[in-house]
Amino acid sequence: MLASLRRVLALVHKELLAVLKDARTRNMLLLQPVLQCLLFGYAATLDLNNVPYAVIDRDRSAAASALLAKLDGSGVFHRIANLTDIGDARRMVDNETVLVVVQIAPDFQRRLSAGEQAPVQVIADGRNSNTAGSALGYIDVAVQSFNADWARDHGLPQPPLQVVTRAWYNANLETRWNLVPALVGTITMMSTLMLAALSVAREREEGTFDQLLVTPFTPVEIMAGKAVPAMMIGVVQATNALLVAQLWFRIPFAGSYVTLYVGLILFLLAAVGIGLFVSSIAATMQQAMLYAFVLIMPFALLSGLTTPISSMPQIMQDFTAINPLRYAIDLVHRVYLQGAGLDLLWPDLWPMAIIAAVTLGAAAWMFRNRLE
Amino acid sequence: MIGQAGRPPRGASLLVAKVRRILALIRKEGRQVLRDPSSFAIGVVLPLMLIVLFGYAMSLDVKNAPVAIVLQDRSTEAREIAASFQLSPYFETRQAGSMAEAQGLMLSGKVEGIVLVQSNFARRAALGDASVQIVVNGIDGNTARIIEAYADAAVAQAGARAAGEDPGAAGTGGQAVVEDQLWFNSADDSRYFLVPGLIVLIMTLIGAFMTSMVVAREWERGTFEALFVTPVRIDEILVSKIVPYFLLGMGGLLLCMASARFLFEVPFRGSFLILIGASMLYLLVSVAMGLLVSSTLKSQFLASQVTLVATFMPALMLSGFIYDLRSVPLAIRLVSYLVPARYFVSLLQTMFLAGDVWSVILPNAAVMAVVATVMLALTWRATRKSLG
Repeated sequence: MLASLRRVLALVHKELLAVLKDARTRNMLLLQPVLQCLLFGYAATLDLNNVPYAVIDRDRSAAASALLAKLDGSGVFHRIANLTDIGDARRMVDNETVLVVVQIAPDFQRRLSAGEQAPVQVIADGRNSNTAGSALGYIDVAVQSFNADWARDHGLPQPPLQVVTRAWYNANLETRWNLVPALVGTITMMSTLMLAALSVAREREEGTFDQLLVTPFTPVEIMAGKAVPAMMIGVVQATNALLVAQLWFRIPFAGSYVTLYVGLILFLLAAVGIGLFVSSIAATMQQAMLYAFVLIMPFALLSGLTTPISSMPQIMQDFTAINPLRYAIDLVHRVYLQGAGLDLLWPDLWPMAIIAAVTLGAAAWMFRNRLE
Repeated sequence: MIGQAGRPPRGASLLVAKVRRILALIRKEGRQVLRDPSSFAIGVVLPLMLIVLFGYAMSLDVKNAPVAIVLQDRSTEAREIAASFQLSPYFETRQAGSMAEAQGLMLSGKVEGIVLVQSNFARRAALGDASVQIVVNGIDGNTARIIEAYADAAVAQAGARAAGEDPGAAGTGGQAVVEDQLWFNSADDSRYFLVPGLIVLIMTLIGAFMTSMVVAREWERGTFEALFVTPVRIDEILVSKIVPYFLLGMGGLLLCMASARFLFEVPFRGSFLILIGASMLYLLVSVAMGLLVSSTLKSQFLASQVTLVATFMPALMLSGFIYDLRSVPLAIRLVSYLVPARYFVSLLQTMFLAGDVWSVILPNAAVMAVVATVMLALTWRATRKSLG
């Protein structure tokens, strides 16, 4: 047992040297999580804060000005032009100069005063319908606020029911609070799965795998020697990403580090297991890398990183059951933002354990059978 | 062999020899692609998989959001609120006895929101001063915001029913109402912008990722140096590396166009020839990036990671394909100008949904042409330099 442990440690040492001795590889593995978190933490926002818009005000009344003041004062809308012609508006939308055109009919104030509904026409550039939908939502809020003011100033009854909304765990609903913790899992998976997939494939391509086989190492020891270094690198990467989340973006950490790392290590075991399994079926490094990539892609897209899993069709939701990243992202979110403990995280932990057991077992079986 | 000693070949036969050498190299490269199952995986399986994922799986819409309802007041008015949520197609409701129980449900991820009707609701409703509390799980801010909006609508509906009138009907006094039009995508279908984005991703993958791996492998194995001692020249090697992956990428494009048209029924309002031209430019850019990365790094693992980080992730996150670039901080916006995918996304979204808008097409195509030229020149230099 002790001898076996010493052999594994020697192999881990050798493997770490092989990966980290090259300064470029070392820098890439350690700095890349930091860079990606910084870049995407700023880039990935579904909140709008700069919507250029144009106005066609055919009424020019006090009410119209009050409505437009609501938009201009929102901090979201920036008026680029006051137009009189819808043709100009069309050109500005076509060129992507403005995202939204607001058109106020000549009888806007008259209808309001008469107690009628006064339409405000809003045209939005639907080339990215998600952005357009958000912009329309902000306009609705501004118009409602205008209506409340109008009702107050003219002694009209207020709507009978108020809704008071609060958001827990992320009071300002910032996309960044959701995305940066999710990147912790995504980035480490990309690197560790690839590293594991390449480690055996490289030895096989260079012919050193056969040499390893004539040493006293058992296949399980070889696998442990390949898995542990990749996981160690993954833990360091995750730590780097977490440091960016807390020290740079100042996203408050609600949970326990022990819980988080227990979950992450289980996740890395699953990722490395998949990598080693890929490695065991690939003939060359290139194949190992391409197969790994063909797996990483759907794992990343079906993980809840960019779009929520609950919005997917049922078949796709079922498929995410075998995706370790899905559990890892949920786990990091819940430990980081909600402060969940191990008892609540059980639904995330056992599937990752099963994925790790199945893939590592399959990889070990493949290696042993390739021995003969 | 053409160009034997003693009889210097003329221009024409030199050209013939050059073309023959390039063709031979392309043939070799093409066979390598066709024989390797992993090339098939990335050239055909991956695009198909992405098409299915983007077309059917990815969506930002929310339906059947699970919410817990806590009624501290058992009056008819309060039940009316609960009924409004139960009837809404956007919610899946469950009752919770207390706020603590609801909080437990939220912590364990069983509900995404809580509707709380406080104990004095009926009394305050009689005074015209009642409120309904909504708590949403803020972890996914986008979903939370959508749930908030649906909850607002459900409460407004209950309020209108209580007042015995239709929501939004006249009689409540003058109010401004928004009449919106979504140009280019009146159906508000998110596939309309996801599918053009998908084309960019697939062409980035085939162009940059695959090329960089293949060439890095030749460097790693030393077969690239071996090529240098043959009569083949550097520009010929580069052309022979570009052509097969270029063709594979164009195949991916046609696959995407066909599925956009027949599977997802996304309209294409521009002209097909301009699309082909623009795609060729972008593909040239991404193949050149792949070549540049691999010639500089000469290691398969490094090349794959750098291409992922430098081409694929920016094409996903910084191209304006999902996240609106007008709302990111200035520094990030400046970085995004360095991402070639940004120009292709803008061009494709316009060509698909708005048509041939030259004021969008020309500047974007011009930038891609410049980037392609610079990239190819840099690649040529990187390959030549490492000869010495």
